[in-house]
Amino acid sequence: MSNKPNEQEEKVVSLEKNAASFEENYIDENILADSSSKVKEFIKKFMKRKTAVAAFIIMVFLLIIAIIGPSLAPYDPGAFDYDNILSGPSAKHWFGTDHFGQDIFSRILAGAPQTLGVALSSVIVGAALGTVLGLLAGYYGGWIEMLVMRGADVLFSFPDILLAIAIVALLGPGIINVFIAVAVFTVPSFARMMRSATLAVKSSLYVEVARSLGCKDGRILFIHIFPGTIQTLIVNFTMRIGSAIMAASSLSFLGFGADVTSPEWGAMLSQSRSYLNTAPHMVYFPALVIFITVLAFNLFGDGLRDTLDPKIK
Amino acid sequence: MEKIVSLKNVCKTFPVGKSLLGKPTKFVHAVNNVSFDVYEGETFSIVGESGCGKSTTGRIINHLLAPESGEVWFTGKEISHISQDEMRPLRKDMQMIFQDPAGSLNPRMRVSELIEEPLLIHTEMNAEERGKVVAELLGIVGLSAKHAQRYPHEFSGGQKQRIGIARALTVNPKLVIADEPISALDVSIQAQVLNLLHRLQEQYKLTYVFISHDLSVVEMISDRIAVMYLGFVVETAPKEKLYAMPAHPYTQALLSAVPIPDPDRKHDRIILEGDIPSTINLPAGCPFAARCKMCKQVCLEQRPATKEVETGHFVACHQV
Repeated sequence: MSNKPNEQEEKVVSLEKNAASFEENYIDENILADSSSKVKEFIKKFMKRKTAVAAFIIMVFLLIIAIIGPSLAPYDPGAFDYDNILSGPSAKHWFGTDHFGQDIFSRILAGAPQTLGVALSSVIVGAALGTVLGLLAGYYGGWIEMLVMRGADVLFSFPDILLAIAIVALLGPGIINVFIAVAVFTVPSFARMMRSATLAVKSSLYVEVARSLGCKDGRILFIHIFPGTIQTLIVNFTMRIGSAIMAASSLSFLGFGADVTSPEWGAMLSQSRSYLNTAPHMVYFPALVIFITVLAFNLFGDGLRDTLDPKIK
Repeated sequence: MEKIVSLKNVCKTFPVGKSLLGKPTKFVHAVNNVSFDVYEGETFSIVGESGCGKSTTGRIINHLLAPESGEVWFTGKEISHISQDEMRPLRKDMQMIFQDPAGSLNPRMRVSELIEEPLLIHTEMNAEERGKVVAELLGIVGLSAKHAQRYPHEFSGGQKQRIGIARALTVNPKLVIADEPISALDVSIQAQVLNLLHRLQEQYKLTYVFISHDLSVVEMISDRIAVMYLGFVVETAPKEKLYAMPAHPYTQALLSAVPIPDPDRKHDRIILEGDIPSTINLPAGCPFAARCKMCKQVCLEQRPATKEVETGHFVACHQV
């Protein structure tokens, strides 16, 4: 009588052991291959998108220029060369000179850190704020969600650039205020997007499991929910940088941004518009650089989105 | 034996449909007047068809859902309406295993992080101690310590469920609520996981609340069984009694539907007519009356009270 359950128990245990060792041997090899191939597969899929790859290369190139560009400039961007005022592109001045005889190529290089810096930092700040607001709105719902979403709706009812102009008009011109304006109009789009991403992840079973384990709200939000939304975040982040460069340049062009004499791309355009007939190269080069930069960030964002979407091959 | 969980007249409804002003107009009555006790060390099973409220009951015990009325007692404490903060220390003693092993594991966390999570929440262990516990538990559930650095998608369904079980055991719980833990697995793997659960129960003196729709599985693992229909518990009995002499007509029909692996044996199936009534408009009388062949006038008019027909054998039926 006392023996029987023990026997049964042993049988169960030995069965269990066999099963375990069987499974262990069965899975061993494919697994290591699988985990490293995830990154490889991503790179392979991304490489198929030629435009996105080209955009990525341009993007990296521009970022390098922004860091080391100013030291590469052949001339002092503020130096006047009165012998060569409004001269076209030549061997001496690759992109020509402006109405003060300043070298446009040097000024574009010198302006890269400012233009890209304002765009990048304002999107980073705006995205961070929007992400936190969106996460809280999606997770807690109720009046927080109401407040954040209606606030976003109000900001959305203005066209981006108009909103930025309104903010700069309120705060006064200057590069810091352009940064604030661009950051502010970045917030609502991120808040809205993150809220929907949060709602999707929040309803997944592993979040309920986390709650049943006794996780606190903060841990559920940042350890369980946030990593699930990061894909959406990255894609929108790269796309948003393009529009931030546009907005910052537009503000500078309209005279709301940086000091008009400083080598900022938008400000350079603004300065050159009165010479459109006599010296069109003054417009072409800064405009071309802005165009390429915005295009590169947008195409890279597109490619990234397609690559991360499992439904697209 | 001590009661570990005790439900008293628990009701839970979910609002459906909203009026213009946002007030809910209809309610799904998911769990109605459910009462039962679970004793320390036993396996208490809740069976019933899809949508009968068995998972909701599990979630109420785990305090993932708060009931509208009634009491939920866990280790001598009434928990039905306490806050999540007050509940947190109690969760150490009550862990849950879920039906979908893939969905219950965060795909972006390593196995070691998944298993050590309850330790992070409930204990002050440092990383090294946690690592030891994880390695030990992986061995106990039939995986190996070298699996700790992998991600859930690298495992099969049965292995994922083993990870889920390991996670439930990290903090030495008294009670494990297993919500259909094996119904998403292949039959051969089901047996392995059941054996594992059985072994762990002996080893750690666990109490199980086992939620399932599979009657043959329930027969293998349970000590006592509650049968649910339309959110009501219609019969509660020790396993032997329930399978030998089911008293409620619904339990009889349910048991007659279990396939018997013997071609020569004659099979008297009770075929139920009609559909399950809507959980939005509950029938006024017995919830099973519309499909019951023993139905009389009183069944249509009055809810049957729960009677004890033998020691420990409770039935809610007018005809018993």
